[in-house]
Amino acid sequence: MTTALFECRNLTKFFPIRNLFRETARVHAVEDVNLTIPEGGTVGLVGESGCGKTTLARTILLLIEPTSGQVLFRGEDMVTRTKRQLRQFRRETAIVFQDPYSSLDPRMLIADVVGEPLVIHRVAFGEDRDDAVLALLERVGLKAEHMYRYPHEFSGGQRQRLAIARALAADPKFILLDEATSALDVSVQAKILNMLNGLKADLGLTYMFISHDLSVVRHLSDHIGVMYLGRMVEYGTREQVFDAPTHPYTRGLLAAAPSLDPDDRDRAREVVLQGEVPSAVEPPSGCRFHPRCPVCKAQCDSERPALVDVGDGHLVACFPA
Amino acid sequence: MEAKEDLLVVDRLKTQFFTYGGVVEALDEVSFEIEKGEIFGLVGESGCGKSVTATSILGLVSKPGRVISGRILLDGEDLLRKSEREMNSIRGSRIAMIFQDPTSSLNPLFRIGYQVAEPYIHHQRRAKRKALSDATGILAKTGLPDADEKARNYPHELSGGMRQRAMIAMSLTCEPDLLIADEPTTNLDVTIGRQILDLVKDLQREFGASVLWITHDMAVVAQMCDRVGVMYAGSIVEKTDVRTLFRNAKHPYTERLLRAIPSAATSSDRLEEIPGSVPRLIHPPTGCRFHPRCDYAAPVCSETKPLEREVDPGHWVACHRFSGPKDGT
Repeated sequence: MTTALFECRNLTKFFPIRNLFRETARVHAVEDVNLTIPEGGTVGLVGESGCGKTTLARTILLLIEPTSGQVLFRGEDMVTRTKRQLRQFRRETAIVFQDPYSSLDPRMLIADVVGEPLVIHRVAFGEDRDDAVLALLERVGLKAEHMYRYPHEFSGGQRQRLAIARALAADPKFILLDEATSALDVSVQAKILNMLNGLKADLGLTYMFISHDLSVVRHLSDHIGVMYLGRMVEYGTREQVFDAPTHPYTRGLLAAAPSLDPDDRDRAREVVLQGEVPSAVEPPSGCRFHPRCPVCKAQCDSERPALVDVGDGHLVACFPA
Repeated sequence: MEAKEDLLVVDRLKTQFFTYGGVVEALDEVSFEIEKGEIFGLVGESGCGKSVTATSILGLVSKPGRVISGRILLDGEDLLRKSEREMNSIRGSRIAMIFQDPTSSLNPLFRIGYQVAEPYIHHQRRAKRKALSDATGILAKTGLPDADEKARNYPHELSGGMRQRAMIAMSLTCEPDLLIADEPTTNLDVTIGRQILDLVKDLQREFGASVLWITHDMAVVAQMCDRVGVMYAGSIVEKTDVRTLFRNAKHPYTERLLRAIPSAATSSDRLEEIPGSVPRLIHPPTGCRFHPRCDYAAPVCSETKPLEREVDPGHWVACHRFSGPKDGT
């Protein structure tokens, strides 16, 4: 096994809901998550809106301070870090966001957008910076002529390339891809996914990939975590999660995703999950999934199932049948 | 093809937008027909003209745009010759539409029940109280839990999935002959999207309506549609039944598009790319609009637009490879 780049221990994030005077409730966004991201790997996070995947990822990057728990980066706890450590950490981590229309400043030239991390981290200035920006643009398949243009002159796919160039600028080790290809058309998405795989191999990057599109996650990730209402319900290698899904939620989720085979039409019908995801303000007791679970047992509404190893590092949070 | 009854026939439809930058040739002679009771899918990437086709059928092409030529026959009557007043009575009663984003297509100031009841009041002139109770009934039919209570709620009080159910209820009120669904599951979560797909299929069977299903998602096409038209840059390049499309796609664009989709079989491999990008529709490529990106492009491809040919019964392809006698030219 390779070394862990990131390790989260019992990571929890609650967002308070306040009235004028005091906290009245809490959004249980992420609760008690343990996760290891191996160096050089790609960990995919899947789950539906509001399940906490983005909050988890942003907490790992310390963009959101956790309520409790630890985030270890190369073994050092980053929650109680020094300013100096944090600066180094920021340099080694980067994000690509979902919407390339709102993540690029419309009033900045591309050279400034992509070059900003270089200046902030004092890597390169002036002409050196421009040379570095040019190299980055070429790396993501753009050209020198694009340097002095504004974001509105680019298509969605090109903008996502720019966002990736910016993420690569300070030579990071880890990139969080938060729905990075979700807004793109299939043919453009294919190009970006190929590019991401190429960059990872060339630069020895580690990815965390968040998406609601299961086939994209499957394509890119070697480990996959499935989240439901703030908790990790299943974690394993791609094969473990996709070929032998064990948690009833994972099964329902995989069955719900439309298949490319027209002959699969009525196959999935029986396992389709009913109802909707409950509120994270007052989540269900016990196993969070029990109100929608097709195999709910008596203990499920009172006891919380722990994430246990069912073999070869395949972790599942469900009581055995 | 005439033997089976066609509900909608779109014949060489041409819609253009007259912008300051030039004429956008959004639809270039689009033709297809939808049989009674079938789900016809229109699939393609952003900007290929799927939604313009829908707005053209509804007579809702907005200002710099205009339908230039062609015919849209609903049960033999040409919708392009109807007056605005006649179209008003057709929209919502004979043709209804479900939009992609239920949040922006519901009026935030009116209760759900009233919005669903509106077609009853305007098209069928039912009394308001009767219309409201009928609306609750149809809301319940779409699987909305506690329809009575939800009918008195405002759109912001409902989740995305529930709003989409309300939209579907609204579109079904007058039992339309044709339902146009423009990416209705794109903004929804996987499990909720699935519920909506199953719901539309069930209701379509029950009401016997024909559906024009617009999407960019090939997997949704595979699960929903009976026949499919693949659009590229304003034209339908291939048209066939759904199984043939996935087993034996003929047009180079369809072939490459299908191979660009990540699936179980592609894990970690390089995905196939389509070289180049979608052309702008102001001064689109001459001849076949796909020829600059096509592996098989021949001189003829940049000169004349390929006509649709029936390569197998019911399987139409617009490509010069299939238009001549079968000698490979």
